[in-house]
Amino acid sequence: MNDKLYRIVLFATTLIMPIVCGGIVYALVTDAYDAFEHFGFLKFLTSSEWSYTQGKEQYGALPFITGTLMTTLVALIFCIPFSLPVALFVGEYFKGTRVASILSTVTDLLAGIPSIIYGLWGFYTLRPIIIALNISPQGSSVLTASLVLAIMIIPYASSLSAEFIKMVPNDLKEGAYSLGATRAEVIQKVVFPVAGSGIFSSYVLAIGRALGETMTVTMLIGNTNNIPNSITSTGNSMASIIANQFGEADGLRLSSLIAIGLVLFMITATINLIGKIMIKRARIS
Amino acid sequence: MSTLKIKNRLYRDKLMLWIVCILAALSVGPLLAILGEVLLRGYDQLSWSFFTEPTPTAYKAMKAIEAGERIPGGIANGIVGTMIMLGMAIVIAVPAGILCGTFLAEHSNSRFAQIVSYLTDLLQGTPSVIIGIITYIWVVVPMKGYSAFAGSVALCIMMLPLIIRSTEETLKIIPASLKEAGLALGGNKARVMLKVQLPAAFGGIFTGILLAISRVIGETAPLMFTALGCSHIRFSVDKPISAVPLLIWEFFNDPNLQELIWGASLFLLLFVLTLNLIAKYLAKKWNQ
Repeated sequence: MNDKLYRIVLFATTLIMPIVCGGIVYALVTDAYDAFEHFGFLKFLTSSEWSYTQGKEQYGALPFITGTLMTTLVALIFCIPFSLPVALFVGEYFKGTRVASILSTVTDLLAGIPSIIYGLWGFYTLRPIIIALNISPQGSSVLTASLVLAIMIIPYASSLSAEFIKMVPNDLKEGAYSLGATRAEVIQKVVFPVAGSGIFSSYVLAIGRALGETMTVTMLIGNTNNIPNSITSTGNSMASIIANQFGEADGLRLSSLIAIGLVLFMITATINLIGKIMIKRARIS
Repeated sequence: MSTLKIKNRLYRDKLMLWIVCILAALSVGPLLAILGEVLLRGYDQLSWSFFTEPTPTAYKAMKAIEAGERIPGGIANGIVGTMIMLGMAIVIAVPAGILCGTFLAEHSNSRFAQIVSYLTDLLQGTPSVIIGIITYIWVVVPMKGYSAFAGSVALCIMMLPLIIRSTEETLKIIPASLKEAGLALGGNKARVMLKVQLPAAFGGIFTGILLAISRVIGETAPLMFTALGCSHIRFSVDKPISAVPLLIWEFFNDPNLQELIWGASLFLLLFVLTLNLIAKYLAKKWNQ
């Protein structure tokens, strides 16, 4: 094979990526156009009506945007107290030991479990507990979905944070130790400030994961098209309303669902872009 | 400094260690709980016929439940569907991903490669349900029907960024001396890439492919609007087809078939975890 042909083949294949990504944006925008035109872009985002009675169709994305933001935020709150210790365990306290490698393998495996199985586990194990504790009558709620989501994003947050905690230079830590600091103080005063932006960016990426999670949320959130008024009430996220109704929708409703997909795509793309840029900056410094 | 204050600091140091250890240990809990539950509830459903027979109709299952018998049938239609769609996705995504990754590794400084690199991240972070919508618009609407082909397109789009990344990253850590030695022997760039660099990177790329497969094999959302599902074993590419995760979703929604959930989940879970462990083992071996 000569060099010229080789270069052409490589370049041509690489063109797939811009074509696919451009195609995604193009297809979403053209198919969502109907909904935006009919309701108006801002009104679509801020209306909380979702009714498909013939003739009086009214679609708004606000309940689902709220649902997505609530599940993600609550999941993040439950995720931090577990993922941060895992990161410290693997990256600082037991760095390089066998226990640490077992723990990181286990958390990596958590990332491999299909989301539908998380959903089943949440439905058959966690939901009865929620009912028994009298938190929510049917057991399906924003809280139930968030708890399982929190478990799902632990591996994403912890493995990347651990990587940044490992990279904290030894001489900085040794300097603190030589001044008489305890390990807890070294972590607080040296490790966190140095690795902080990296740790933060790993949580940004974990948020990106949680925003788009579909099956787990669909199985646990209760699937009602209203704005959840507390974390124990039912709702719907952007991904779960699409999963629930896309198969049976047509016309304006289909277009509205695709519009919700476009909004979700833009949100996750922005969050991921911010996360990646932050990681790159944290790695360089 | 008073001894009391020092004692206090040492105490807090110990407390922190214990809290970290306990919370980190608790994080192992979910994996054990999920594995345990799926194993306990699913192991007695696994039998030869579970893997060779298609899903029963809800009526048949209801009859069996009324008679107090085991629900007949299994998930063969799902396994065949998953294999067909995965096979087609691999045939396209692996070569395309490796070529694209090679380009990124070779031209890491060019503006175009940087843009493509960002796009790879973008595609990797795109929620799977959106990949489902896209494939619906691209494939299902023009072909006027759900099909195995559409499902494989969705899986292919999801696999691409993972394979591109692993190829790019593996090629970048291969010592430049290897490439230079090849070039010094008179090989042109293409030959050196094919005969020296790619074989040297094989372990890393293969690990990436395994991880990509394990990522997409459990995907449900993108298949719901593309492959749709089918209750008998089918080998045609242009008709709706089932997949193991789709079957789990079907069983979940059909009260008569609910008993079959656990067998199917156990199969899927063991498959995915084994793939993950093999990939992890290979990565470790390859790094040494």
